Amino acid sequence: MSPSTHELHDLTLAELAAQLRARSVSSVEVAQHFLKRGQAHADLGAFLDTNAEVTLAQARAADARLAADTAGALEGVPLAHKDIFVTQDFATTAGSKMLAGYCSPFDATVVSRLAQAGAVTLGKLNCDEFAMGSANENSAYGPVKNPWDTTRTPGGSSGGSAAAVAARLTPAATGTDTGGSIRQPASFCGVTGIKPTYGRASRYGMVAFASSLDQAGPLARSAQDCALLLSTMCGPDLDRDSTSLDVPAEDFSVKLNDSIDGLRIGVPAEFFGDGLSDDVRAAVDAALKQYETLGATLVPISLPRTELSIPVYYIIAPAEASSNLSRFDGVKFGHRAKDYTDLADMYERTRAEGFGDEVKRRIMIGTYVLSHGYYDAYYLQAQKIRRMIADDFQQAFKQCDVIAGPVAPTVAWALGGHADPLTDYLADIFTLPASLAGLPGMSLPVGFGASHMPVGMQLIGNHLTEARLLNVAHRFQQTTDWHTAKPAV
Amino acid sequence: MALTSVDIDRLARLARLGLQPRERARLCTQLNDFFGIVEKMRAVDTAGIVPLAHPVDVTLAQSLRLRDDVASEPNQREANQKSAPAVESGLFLVPKVIE
Repeated sequence: MSPSTHELHDLTLAELAAQLRARSVSSVEVAQHFLKRGQAHADLGAFLDTNAEVTLAQARAADARLAADTAGALEGVPLAHKDIFVTQDFATTAGSKMLAGYCSPFDATVVSRLAQAGAVTLGKLNCDEFAMGSANENSAYGPVKNPWDTTRTPGGSSGGSAAAVAARLTPAATGTDTGGSIRQPASFCGVTGIKPTYGRASRYGMVAFASSLDQAGPLARSAQDCALLLSTMCGPDLDRDSTSLDVPAEDFSVKLNDSIDGLRIGVPAEFFGDGLSDDVRAAVDAALKQYETLGATLVPISLPRTELSIPVYYIIAPAEASSNLSRFDGVKFGHRAKDYTDLADMYERTRAEGFGDEVKRRIMIGTYVLSHGYYDAYYLQAQKIRRMIADDFQQAFKQCDVIAGPVAPTVAWALGGHADPLTDYLADIFTLPASLAGLPGMSLPVGFGASHMPVGMQLIGNHLTEARLLNVAHRFQQTTDWHTAKPAV
Repeated sequence: MALTSVDIDRLARLARLGLQPRERARLCTQLNDFFGIVEKMRAVDTAGIVPLAHPVDVTLAQSLRLRDDVASEPNQREANQKSAPAVESGLFLVPKVIE
C-alpha cells in the first residue's frame, strides 16, 4: 500500500527505509515532501542551509540504485546534518559569523559514510556557535525554537537537530556532543539521541571545539532508528583521526530485542539531589519503575565527583577550544576584518568581529588556564580530577550494567531565560561526567513535566557498550509510547 | 585571587581578541564569577593522580596513534584556498610584516 504523502513525515527512519526498498515510494517523493515541510516551518529556525537541487539530485541517484538493486542500508532516506560537520555541497558555518558562507573542499567522514549508505541530505542544521552552548541561543544566525513551545529553547548545542526531528522536518539528524550537546536537546525536544564512546565516530571534518571530548551521534525518533544510523556513522578512520578507536564497525541493531531481565541499573544518588526539579524527578522515577516491571533491578550507586565535573569540564573544554580556535585568524579561510593597521591588528579585529560573546568568554578562560603560572593549578588539576571521575564510573560499573538518571535538572527553559552564562554551565551537571570519562550516553523520552514539556532519561554505559544501551532503550520503547508523542506543528 | 582589568587586557592580547572597553568590564565580572565555582576544584587532593588528557587512555588503555610520516593527500591547493579572504598566485596574502 502506498502511503499518502501527508503521512510520510510520521514514518520512522526504519519504516521509510523499508517503504523505499519496497519501492512503494520514491526517494525523490520523500525528499520533496520533507523539503516542503522544512520550508513551511522555517520560522522554527532549524535549518541554516538548504539546496533543493542538490538534495533532489542525491534522491534521484538513490532511486536509481534502488531500481538497480544496489541499494545501501539507508538508501534514499533523508537526513540533515548539524552545521558543525563540513560538507562540500552545503555551506558550513558552525553557527558562527566567522565562517559565514564557508564552503568545505571535502566532506566529514560521518557525512561521507552516511552518503555511501545511500542517505540523502536535506540541509544543514542550526547550532550554538562552535557547539558552545546549552540553549542554541549562541548561534550567530538566531536561536532555534522548541516545537513543543516556541517560546522555549530546544536545548543545545545540537538544538536545530533536535527541533527538526521533533517537528518531523527530517526523520533523523546528526549531532555532536562535547558536554551533553546531543543528550540535552534530545531531552528538551522529546526525541532519542545517543553519543557513542569517545573515538567510535571519526572527528575528521567536525569543526573542532574540544578535541578530547567532541563526539558525533544521531538524534532520531526511536532507539531503533538511532541504532540504524549509529551503525553507519561509527567505524575506524585511522588515517584521518588519531583519536579514532581501532575497533571494528558494529551493527548496533542486532541486540535491540535482547531480554533485559536481570539487568542491573545503577541509580547515582548525586543525580537525584536538591537541584533536580520535581517534574523531572517524577518522570524519571516512573521510568525506573517501568524498568523494574521489565525485569531490571535498581542498584543505588554513588558518583561522588558529579558536582566537580562542572569546573573540570569548564576548564578543559575552553582550554582545548582556545587552542583549536586559534586557526581562525582571517588568513586561510573565514572572515577577515576590513580595516586594520598591521598583522596583529588584523588578527585582533577579525576575531573580535567574527566570534560571539560565549566563544570569546571560553577563549579567555582557556587562555588563562593554559597561561604560564596557572597551568598546573587549573588545567593539570582538572585533568587529574578527570581521571578520578573516570575511575568513579569504573567502580560503579562493578555493581551495575548501565547507569540511569535525569539528562538535565529541568525541562526546557524560556528563550532568553538564562541571562547569566553560569546558569547554563550549572545546568549541564548530569551530562558532563560521562563526557569527561569518554563513555557512551543517551537520552530517551520518558514523559512530560511542567507546561507539558518533554523529559528525557539518561542512560550511561561502560566503554563500547552502545549496543546494550540501545537495547535497554528499545525495550522501554516497546512497552511505552512517550517516544511517539509529537508536538502540534 | 580575583582577575583585574590588567589581567583581562593581558589575556585578550595573548588570545588576539580585540575587545571593546565595555566587553572587557563585562568579561572581568563574568570570569571572576566563573572562577568562584572553580575554587572547589582546586581544594581537591590529587596527590599521586596521573592527569587524564584523553579518554582513549582509559577506553583501550592505548596511547594516541601516530600514522607514518608520509604525504598521503593529493595537492588540492585551489580547492583549499577557495574560502581564503585574500589569495594571489596561489599564496595567502597578509599585511606586510617585514619592511
